[in-house]
Amino acid sequence: MTFLAQASGSIVDQWVSSFWIALLIKAVAVLGFFLVAPLAVGYMEHKVLAHMQSRFGPMEAGNFHGWAQLVADGVKFVQKEDVIPEAADPTVFSLAPAVALIPYIVLFVTIPFSKTVFAENLDIGVFFLLAMSSVSVIGVLMAGWSSANKFSLIGALRAAAQLIAYELPLVLATAAVVMQAGTMRLVGITEAQGHYWFVATQPIGFLIFMIAALAELTRPPFDMPVADSEIIFGAYTEYTGLKFAFFLLSEYGGIVALSAIASVLYLGGYRALPGLPIPEPLMMLGKITVLSFIVIWLRATYPRLREDQLQRFSWLVLIPLTLVQIMVVAILKVAMR
Amino acid sequence: MPDYFQSYAVVLAVAVAGAALVAVAFTAGRLIAPKRPLPSKLTTYECGIDPVGKGWAQSQVRYYIYGFLFVIFDVESVFLFPWARVFVKLGWAAVWEMGIFIGILAAGLLYAWKKDVLKWA
Repeated sequence: MTFLAQASGSIVDQWVSSFWIALLIKAVAVLGFFLVAPLAVGYMEHKVLAHMQSRFGPMEAGNFHGWAQLVADGVKFVQKEDVIPEAADPTVFSLAPAVALIPYIVLFVTIPFSKTVFAENLDIGVFFLLAMSSVSVIGVLMAGWSSANKFSLIGALRAAAQLIAYELPLVLATAAVVMQAGTMRLVGITEAQGHYWFVATQPIGFLIFMIAALAELTRPPFDMPVADSEIIFGAYTEYTGLKFAFFLLSEYGGIVALSAIASVLYLGGYRALPGLPIPEPLMMLGKITVLSFIVIWLRATYPRLREDQLQRFSWLVLIPLTLVQIMVVAILKVAMR
Repeated sequence: MPDYFQSYAVVLAVAVAGAALVAVAFTAGRLIAPKRPLPSKLTTYECGIDPVGKGWAQSQVRYYIYGFLFVIFDVESVFLFPWARVFVKLGWAAVWEMGIFIGILAAGLLYAWKKDVLKWA
Protein backbone atom coordinates (compact mmCIF):
# COMPACT_ATOMS: atom_id res chain seq x y z
CA MET A 1 0.00 0.00 0.00
CA THR A 2 2.99 2.30 -0.22
CA PHE A 3 1.80 3.79 -3.51
CA LEU A 4 -1.10 5.34 -1.65
CA ALA A 5 1.19 7.37 0.54
CA GLN A 6 2.73 9.23 -2.38
CA ALA A 7 -0.36 10.54 -4.13
CA SER A 8 0.21 12.70 -7.18
CA GLY A 9 -0.25 16.46 -7.03
CA SER A 10 -3.17 18.48 -8.24
CA ILE A 11 -3.43 19.25 -11.95
CA VAL A 12 -3.24 22.96 -11.14
CA ASP A 13 0.19 22.49 -9.56
CA GLN A 14 1.39 20.68 -12.69
CA TRP A 15 0.34 23.55 -14.97
CA VAL A 16 1.15 26.56 -12.83
CA SER A 17 4.47 26.86 -11.04
CA SER A 18 3.62 29.92 -8.94
CA PHE A 19 2.14 28.96 -5.58
CA TRP A 20 -0.03 32.06 -5.28
CA ILE A 21 -1.52 31.85 -8.78
CA ALA A 22 -2.26 28.16 -8.20
CA LEU A 23 -3.94 29.10 -4.92
CA LEU A 24 -6.10 31.68 -6.68
CA ILE A 25 -7.09 29.27 -9.47
CA LYS A 26 -8.02 26.58 -6.94
CA ALA A 27 -10.13 28.95 -4.84
CA VAL A 28 -11.97 30.28 -7.90
CA ALA A 29 -12.49 26.77 -9.30
CA VAL A 30 -13.92 25.41 -6.04
CA LEU A 31 -16.20 28.43 -5.64
CA GLY A 32 -17.28 28.14 -9.27
CA PHE A 33 -18.13 24.46 -8.87
CA PHE A 34 -20.07 25.24 -5.71
CA LEU A 35 -22.12 27.91 -7.47
CA VAL A 36 -23.07 25.66 -10.40
CA ALA A 37 -23.55 22.16 -8.95
CA PRO A 38 -26.16 22.99 -6.25
CA LEU A 39 -28.18 24.92 -8.84
CA ALA A 40 -28.14 21.86 -11.09
CA VAL A 41 -29.32 19.68 -8.21
CA GLY A 42 -31.98 22.24 -7.31
CA TYR A 43 -33.24 22.21 -10.89
CA MET A 44 -33.19 18.42 -10.85
CA GLU A 45 -35.26 18.48 -7.66
CA HIS A 46 -37.87 20.75 -9.30
CA LYS A 47 -38.12 18.51 -12.33
CA VAL A 48 -37.88 15.10 -10.67
CA LEU A 49 -40.48 15.95 -8.01
CA ALA A 50 -42.74 17.44 -10.66
CA HIS A 51 -42.60 14.40 -12.92
CA MET A 52 -43.06 12.02 -9.98
CA GLN A 53 -46.27 13.94 -9.24
CA SER A 54 -47.40 13.88 -12.90
CA ARG A 55 -46.80 17.57 -13.62
CA PHE A 56 -44.22 19.54 -15.60
CA GLY A 57 -42.51 21.77 -13.04
CA PRO A 58 -40.94 25.06 -14.20
CA MET A 59 -41.27 25.48 -17.98
CA GLU A 60 -40.94 29.23 -18.69
CA ALA A 61 -37.65 30.72 -17.45
CA GLY A 62 -34.90 30.32 -20.07
CA ASN A 63 -37.39 28.85 -22.58
CA PHE A 64 -36.01 25.28 -22.60
CA HIS A 65 -37.89 23.39 -19.85
CA GLY A 66 -37.37 26.26 -17.41
CA TRP A 67 -33.67 25.60 -16.97
CA ALA A 68 -33.03 29.16 -15.73
CA GLN A 69 -35.68 29.05 -13.01
CA LEU A 70 -33.18 28.99 -10.14
CA VAL A 71 -31.08 31.77 -11.70
CA ALA A 72 -34.26 33.85 -11.87
CA ASP A 73 -35.02 32.92 -8.26
CA GLY A 74 -31.55 34.09 -7.27
CA VAL A 75 -32.04 37.46 -8.99
CA LYS A 76 -35.40 37.77 -7.24
CA PHE A 77 -33.92 36.96 -3.81
CA VAL A 78 -31.31 39.74 -4.15
CA GLN A 79 -34.09 42.29 -4.69
CA LYS A 80 -36.18 41.17 -1.72
CA GLU A 81 -36.29 43.29 1.41
CA ASP A 82 -34.08 41.98 4.19
CA VAL A 83 -36.40 41.90 7.21
CA ILE A 84 -34.74 41.49 10.61
CA PRO A 85 -37.39 41.15 13.35
CA GLU A 86 -37.22 43.70 16.11
CA ALA A 87 -36.82 41.05 18.82
CA ALA A 88 -33.94 39.30 17.01
CA ASP A 89 -30.22 39.65 17.68
CA PRO A 90 -29.19 41.31 14.39
CA THR A 91 -25.48 40.35 14.36
CA VAL A 92 -25.94 36.63 15.00
CA PHE A 93 -29.05 36.64 12.80
CA SER A 94 -27.02 37.97 9.85
CA LEU A 95 -23.97 35.78 10.44
CA ALA A 96 -25.93 32.53 10.64
CA PRO A 97 -26.44 31.98 6.86
CA ALA A 98 -22.71 32.45 6.24
CA VAL A 99 -21.82 29.97 8.99
CA ALA A 100 -24.21 27.45 7.45
CA LEU A 101 -22.94 27.98 3.89
CA ILE A 102 -19.15 28.40 4.01
CA PRO A 103 -18.27 24.94 5.48
CA TYR A 104 -19.99 23.27 2.54
CA ILE A 105 -17.91 25.38 0.12
CA VAL A 106 -14.66 24.57 1.96
CA LEU A 107 -15.54 20.89 1.94
CA PHE A 108 -15.16 20.70 -1.84
CA VAL A 109 -11.44 21.51 -1.55
CA THR A 110 -10.61 17.88 -1.10
CA ILE A 111 -13.18 16.08 -3.31
CA PRO A 112 -11.25 14.35 -6.13
CA PHE A 113 -12.68 14.31 -9.65
CA SER A 114 -9.79 12.26 -11.04
CA LYS A 115 -6.30 11.24 -10.00
CA THR A 116 -5.21 14.83 -10.61
CA VAL A 117 -8.39 16.95 -10.74
CA PHE A 118 -8.83 18.21 -7.19
CA ALA A 119 -7.85 21.32 -5.27
CA GLU A 120 -5.94 19.57 -2.50
CA ASN A 121 -5.50 15.94 -1.49
CA LEU A 122 -5.46 16.62 2.27
CA ASP A 123 -3.68 14.06 4.44
CA ILE A 124 -6.62 13.79 6.85
CA GLY A 125 -9.09 13.68 3.92
CA VAL A 126 -12.29 12.06 5.20
CA PHE A 127 -11.82 13.43 8.70
CA PHE A 128 -11.77 16.94 7.27
CA LEU A 129 -14.92 16.22 5.25
CA LEU A 130 -16.81 14.91 8.29
CA ALA A 131 -15.70 17.87 10.39
CA MET A 132 -16.75 20.43 7.78
CA SER A 133 -20.09 18.78 7.08
CA SER A 134 -21.11 19.07 10.75
CA VAL A 135 -20.13 22.74 11.21
CA SER A 136 -23.14 24.07 9.36
CA VAL A 137 -25.49 22.86 12.13
CA ILE A 138 -23.96 25.65 14.24
CA GLY A 139 -25.29 28.10 11.65
CA VAL A 140 -28.76 26.59 12.02
CA LEU A 141 -28.54 26.81 15.83
CA MET A 142 -27.43 30.45 15.55
CA ALA A 143 -30.35 31.18 13.25
CA GLY A 144 -32.85 29.49 15.53
CA TRP A 145 -31.68 31.15 18.73
CA SER A 146 -31.09 34.65 17.35
CA SER A 147 -34.52 34.81 15.67
CA ALA A 148 -36.21 35.07 19.09
CA ASN A 149 -39.08 33.04 17.69
CA LYS A 150 -40.48 29.96 19.42
CA PHE A 151 -40.84 28.02 16.19
CA SER A 152 -37.27 28.86 15.18
CA LEU A 153 -36.01 27.71 18.55
CA ILE A 154 -37.86 24.41 18.33
CA GLY A 155 -36.51 23.90 14.83
CA ALA A 156 -32.94 24.63 15.92
CA LEU A 157 -33.18 22.27 18.88
CA ARG A 158 -34.49 19.58 16.57
CA ALA A 159 -31.55 20.24 14.22
CA ALA A 160 -29.17 19.76 17.15
CA ALA A 161 -30.96 16.55 18.10
CA GLN A 162 -30.48 15.39 14.54
CA LEU A 163 -26.73 16.08 14.78
CA ILE A 164 -26.56 13.86 17.86
CA ALA A 165 -28.46 11.11 16.07
CA TYR A 166 -26.72 11.01 12.69
CA GLU A 167 -23.16 12.06 13.45
CA LEU A 168 -22.01 8.81 15.07
CA PRO A 169 -23.31 6.36 12.43
CA LEU A 170 -21.76 8.63 9.78
CA VAL A 171 -18.37 8.78 11.49
CA LEU A 172 -18.26 5.10 12.46
CA ALA A 173 -19.28 3.93 8.97
CA THR A 174 -16.54 6.13 7.50
CA ALA A 175 -14.02 4.69 9.97
CA ALA A 176 -14.79 1.20 8.61
CA VAL A 177 -13.98 2.43 5.08
CA VAL A 178 -10.72 4.00 6.29
CA MET A 179 -9.85 0.66 7.87
CA GLN A 180 -10.37 -1.20 4.62
CA ALA A 181 -8.56 1.38 2.49
CA GLY A 182 -5.71 1.92 4.96
CA THR A 183 -5.61 5.65 4.22
CA MET A 184 -7.61 8.79 4.92
CA ARG A 185 -6.65 10.58 1.70
CA LEU A 186 -9.59 10.60 -0.72
CA VAL A 187 -7.48 9.79 -3.78
CA GLY A 188 -5.99 6.90 -1.82
CA ILE A 189 -9.42 5.58 -0.83
CA THR A 190 -10.55 5.77 -4.46
CA GLU A 191 -7.43 4.01 -5.75
CA ALA A 192 -7.87 1.29 -3.11
CA GLN A 193 -11.16 0.39 -4.85
CA GLY A 194 -9.31 -0.76 -7.96
CA HIS A 195 -10.65 -4.33 -7.95
CA TYR A 196 -14.09 -3.77 -6.46
CA TRP A 197 -16.07 -0.92 -4.94
CA PHE A 198 -16.36 -0.86 -1.16
CA VAL A 199 -20.14 -1.05 -1.46
CA ALA A 200 -19.54 -4.70 -2.40
CA THR A 201 -17.76 -5.47 0.89
CA GLN A 202 -19.65 -3.03 3.13
CA PRO A 203 -23.21 -2.83 1.77
CA ILE A 204 -24.62 -2.30 5.28
CA GLY A 205 -22.11 0.47 5.86
CA PHE A 206 -23.23 2.16 2.65
CA LEU A 207 -26.86 1.98 3.71
CA ILE A 208 -26.09 3.36 7.17
CA PHE A 209 -24.02 6.14 5.62
CA MET A 210 -26.82 7.15 3.25
CA ILE A 211 -29.44 7.14 6.05
CA ALA A 212 -27.18 9.22 8.29
CA ALA A 213 -26.37 11.58 5.41
CA LEU A 214 -30.08 12.13 4.75
CA ALA A 215 -30.55 12.99 8.42
CA GLU A 216 -27.59 15.34 8.31
CA LEU A 217 -29.07 17.14 5.32
CA THR A 218 -32.44 17.34 7.15
CA ARG A 219 -33.98 15.92 3.99
CA PRO A 220 -37.22 13.92 4.05
CA PRO A 221 -37.94 11.52 5.72
CA PHE A 222 -35.75 13.29 8.32
CA ASP A 223 -36.90 16.89 7.79
CA MET A 224 -38.32 17.40 11.28
CA PRO A 225 -36.23 20.58 11.87
CA VAL A 226 -38.08 22.35 9.04
CA ALA A 227 -41.39 20.47 9.34
CA ASP A 228 -43.57 23.10 7.68
CA SER A 229 -46.87 21.70 8.90
CA GLU A 230 -45.81 21.93 12.57
CA ILE A 231 -43.22 24.66 13.08
CA ILE A 232 -43.62 26.92 10.00
CA PHE A 233 -40.08 26.57 8.59
CA GLY A 234 -38.04 25.78 11.69
CA ALA A 235 -34.92 27.85 12.21
CA TYR A 236 -35.44 29.68 8.89
CA THR A 237 -38.90 31.05 9.77
CA GLU A 238 -37.81 34.68 10.18
CA TYR A 239 -35.46 34.76 7.20
CA THR A 240 -36.19 36.58 3.95
CA GLY A 241 -34.43 37.35 0.70
CA LEU A 242 -30.73 36.60 0.30
CA LYS A 243 -30.19 35.15 3.75
CA PHE A 244 -32.98 32.64 3.17
CA ALA A 245 -31.49 31.88 -0.25
CA PHE A 246 -28.14 31.09 1.35
CA PHE A 247 -29.75 28.56 3.66
CA LEU A 248 -31.38 26.94 0.62
CA LEU A 249 -28.04 27.00 -1.23
CA SER A 250 -26.33 25.31 1.70
CA GLU A 251 -28.98 22.59 1.66
CA TYR A 252 -28.41 21.84 -2.02
CA GLY A 253 -24.66 22.21 -1.60
CA GLY A 254 -24.96 19.66 1.18
CA ILE A 255 -26.73 17.20 -1.13
CA VAL A 256 -23.90 17.52 -3.66
CA ALA A 257 -21.28 17.23 -0.90
CA LEU A 258 -22.72 14.17 0.80
CA SER A 259 -23.34 12.46 -2.57
CA ALA A 260 -19.72 13.15 -3.50
CA ILE A 261 -18.44 11.78 -0.18
CA ALA A 262 -20.61 8.67 -0.48
CA SER A 263 -19.43 7.99 -4.02
CA VAL A 264 -15.77 8.36 -2.99
CA LEU A 265 -16.18 6.12 0.04
CA TYR A 266 -18.36 3.38 -1.42
CA LEU A 267 -18.84 3.71 -5.18
CA GLY A 268 -15.25 3.94 -6.35
CA GLY A 269 -15.23 7.74 -6.72
CA TYR A 270 -13.94 8.73 -10.14
CA ARG A 271 -13.08 5.16 -11.19
CA ALA A 272 -15.01 4.02 -14.24
CA LEU A 273 -16.56 0.60 -14.62
CA PRO A 274 -14.19 -1.71 -16.52
CA GLY A 275 -14.74 -1.45 -20.28
CA LEU A 276 -16.54 1.88 -20.08
CA PRO A 277 -14.41 4.58 -21.76
CA ILE A 278 -15.87 7.48 -19.76
CA PRO A 279 -13.49 10.25 -18.59
CA GLU A 280 -12.90 10.17 -14.84
CA PRO A 281 -14.40 13.60 -13.93
CA LEU A 282 -17.58 12.71 -15.85
CA MET A 283 -17.76 9.38 -14.01
CA MET A 284 -17.57 11.21 -10.68
CA LEU A 285 -20.23 13.73 -11.75
CA GLY A 286 -22.42 10.86 -12.91
CA LYS A 287 -22.20 9.13 -9.53
CA ILE A 288 -22.96 12.38 -7.70
CA THR A 289 -26.00 12.86 -9.97
CA VAL A 290 -27.30 9.35 -9.34
CA LEU A 291 -26.97 9.67 -5.54
CA SER A 292 -28.54 13.15 -5.58
CA PHE A 293 -31.41 11.70 -7.59
CA ILE A 294 -31.95 9.04 -4.93
CA VAL A 295 -31.98 11.73 -2.22
CA ILE A 296 -34.69 13.61 -4.16
CA TRP A 297 -36.58 10.40 -4.94
CA LEU A 298 -36.82 9.59 -1.20
CA ARG A 299 -38.42 13.00 -0.63
CA ALA A 300 -41.21 12.08 -3.00
CA THR A 301 -41.63 8.65 -1.42
CA TYR A 302 -41.49 8.65 2.37
CA PRO A 303 -43.49 10.50 5.05
CA ARG A 304 -41.70 12.38 7.82
CA LEU A 305 -40.46 10.53 10.91
CA ARG A 306 -40.67 11.86 14.45
CA GLU A 307 -37.51 13.15 16.13
CA ASP A 308 -37.60 10.57 18.92
CA GLN A 309 -38.01 7.80 16.35
CA LEU A 310 -34.83 8.93 14.64
CA GLN A 311 -32.98 8.99 18.00
CA ARG A 312 -34.08 5.49 18.93
CA PHE A 313 -33.38 4.14 15.46
CA SER A 314 -29.90 5.65 15.50
CA TRP A 315 -28.87 4.52 19.00
CA LEU A 316 -30.44 1.08 19.02
CA VAL A 317 -29.94 0.03 15.39
CA LEU A 318 -27.41 2.10 13.44
CA ILE A 319 -24.70 2.59 16.07
CA PRO A 320 -24.59 -1.05 17.29
CA LEU A 321 -24.50 -2.16 13.63
CA THR A 322 -21.56 0.13 12.82
CA LEU A 323 -19.67 -1.03 15.92
CA VAL A 324 -20.13 -4.66 14.84
CA GLN A 325 -19.05 -3.73 11.34
CA ILE A 326 -15.84 -2.10 12.60
CA MET A 327 -14.92 -5.26 14.50
CA VAL A 328 -15.76 -7.53 11.53
CA VAL A 329 -13.64 -5.42 9.16
CA ALA A 330 -10.79 -5.39 11.71
CA ILE A 331 -10.80 -9.17 12.14
CA LEU A 332 -11.09 -9.93 8.40
CA LYS A 333 -8.45 -7.38 7.49
CA VAL A 334 -5.88 -8.77 9.94
CA ALA A 335 -6.78 -12.39 9.18
CA MET A 336 -6.22 -11.83 5.43
CA ARG A 337 -3.06 -9.80 5.95
CA MET B 1 6.38 20.88 6.72
CA PRO B 2 6.01 23.65 4.07
CA ASP B 3 3.83 21.15 2.15
CA TYR B 4 1.57 20.88 5.14
CA PHE B 5 1.01 24.62 5.38
CA GLN B 6 0.60 24.92 1.62
CA SER B 7 -2.20 22.35 1.52
CA TYR B 8 -4.07 24.11 4.32
CA ALA B 9 -3.47 27.47 2.64
CA VAL B 10 -5.86 26.21 -0.04
CA VAL B 11 -8.49 25.46 2.63
CA LEU B 12 -8.05 28.96 4.02
CA ALA B 13 -8.19 30.51 0.53
CA VAL B 14 -11.48 28.78 -0.26
CA ALA B 15 -12.92 29.85 3.09
CA VAL B 16 -11.94 33.44 2.29
CA ALA B 17 -13.49 33.10 -1.17
CA GLY B 18 -16.71 31.85 0.45
CA ALA B 19 -16.73 34.76 2.88
CA ALA B 20 -16.15 37.12 -0.05
CA LEU B 21 -19.12 35.57 -1.89
CA VAL B 22 -21.36 36.20 1.12
CA ALA B 23 -20.02 39.74 1.57
CA VAL B 24 -20.50 40.66 -2.10
CA ALA B 25 -24.01 39.19 -2.19
CA PHE B 26 -25.08 41.00 1.01
CA THR B 27 -23.64 44.29 -0.27
CA ALA B 28 -25.50 43.85 -3.57
CA GLY B 29 -28.66 43.08 -1.63
CA ARG B 30 -28.22 46.21 0.50
CA LEU B 31 -27.82 48.35 -2.63
CA ILE B 32 -30.70 46.85 -4.62
CA ALA B 33 -33.29 45.69 -2.09
CA PRO B 34 -35.91 48.10 -0.73
CA LYS B 35 -35.90 49.02 2.95
CA ARG B 36 -39.30 49.98 4.34
CA PRO B 37 -39.50 48.80 7.95
CA LEU B 38 -42.97 48.88 9.52
CA PRO B 39 -43.71 48.02 13.16
CA SER B 40 -46.03 45.20 12.14
CA LYS B 41 -43.51 43.86 9.64
CA LEU B 42 -40.83 43.63 12.32
CA THR B 43 -42.86 41.64 14.82
CA THR B 44 -42.05 37.99 15.43
CA TYR B 45 -43.90 35.76 12.96
CA GLU B 46 -46.35 33.36 14.56
CA CYS B 47 -48.66 32.64 11.65
CA GLY B 48 -50.32 36.07 11.74
CA ILE B 49 -51.43 36.02 15.39
CA ASP B 50 -49.80 38.57 17.71
CA PRO B 51 -46.89 36.82 19.46
CA VAL B 52 -47.52 35.61 23.00
CA GLY B 53 -44.64 35.98 25.46
CA LYS B 54 -41.04 36.19 24.34
CA GLY B 55 -39.19 34.02 21.85
CA TRP B 56 -36.28 33.43 24.20
CA ALA B 57 -38.44 31.31 26.43
CA GLN B 58 -37.20 28.50 28.63
CA SER B 59 -37.47 25.18 26.88
CA GLN B 60 -36.69 21.70 27.97
CA VAL B 61 -34.01 19.95 25.96
CA ARG B 62 -35.62 16.55 25.84
CA TYR B 63 -32.67 14.59 24.61
CA TYR B 64 -29.89 15.61 26.98
CA ILE B 65 -29.04 12.02 27.92
CA TYR B 66 -28.47 11.29 24.25
CA GLY B 67 -26.25 14.37 24.34
CA PHE B 68 -24.05 12.90 27.09
CA LEU B 69 -23.77 9.58 25.28
CA PHE B 70 -22.98 11.39 22.06
CA VAL B 71 -20.00 13.20 23.56
CA ILE B 72 -18.57 9.93 24.91
CA PHE B 73 -18.93 8.11 21.59
CA ASP B 74 -17.69 11.07 19.56
CA VAL B 75 -14.44 11.15 21.56
CA GLU B 76 -14.13 7.44 20.84
CA SER B 77 -14.42 8.09 17.11
CA VAL B 78 -11.47 10.51 17.31
CA PHE B 79 -9.37 7.67 18.75
CA LEU B 80 -10.70 5.31 16.12
CA PHE B 81 -9.32 7.08 13.05
CA PRO B 82 -5.56 6.94 13.82
CA TRP B 83 -6.04 3.31 14.85
CA ALA B 84 -7.95 2.52 11.63
CA ARG B 85 -5.03 3.86 9.64
CA VAL B 86 -2.36 1.58 11.18
CA PHE B 87 -4.02 -1.43 12.86
CA VAL B 88 -3.14 -3.88 10.08
CA LYS B 89 0.57 -3.37 10.76
CA LEU B 90 0.07 -3.85 14.51
CA GLY B 91 -1.78 -7.15 14.01
CA TRP B 92 -4.04 -9.07 16.38
CA ALA B 93 -3.00 -7.17 19.52
CA ALA B 94 -4.44 -3.93 18.10
CA VAL B 95 -7.66 -5.71 17.09
CA TRP B 96 -8.20 -7.13 20.60
CA GLU B 97 -7.43 -3.81 22.23
CA MET B 98 -9.96 -2.01 20.05
CA GLY B 99 -12.39 -4.87 20.67
CA ILE B 100 -12.13 -4.31 24.42
CA PHE B 101 -12.46 -0.53 23.98
CA ILE B 102 -15.56 -0.83 21.79
CA GLY B 103 -16.89 -3.58 24.08
CA ILE B 104 -16.78 -1.25 27.10
CA LEU B 105 -18.57 1.48 25.15
CA ALA B 106 -21.17 -0.98 23.85
CA ALA B 107 -21.72 -2.22 27.42
CA GLY B 108 -22.34 1.39 28.45
CA LEU B 109 -24.88 1.80 25.68
CA LEU B 110 -26.53 -1.49 26.67
CA TYR B 111 -26.69 -0.32 30.29
CA ALA B 112 -28.30 2.98 29.26
CA TRP B 113 -30.82 1.03 27.20
CA LYS B 114 -31.57 -1.38 30.07
CA LYS B 115 -32.01 1.56 32.47
CA ASP B 116 -34.57 2.88 29.99
CA VAL B 117 -33.02 6.34 29.73
CA LEU B 118 -32.83 6.29 25.92
CA LYS B 119 -36.12 8.10 25.68
CA TRP B 120 -37.40 11.42 24.42
CA ALA B 121 -38.03 12.49 28.02
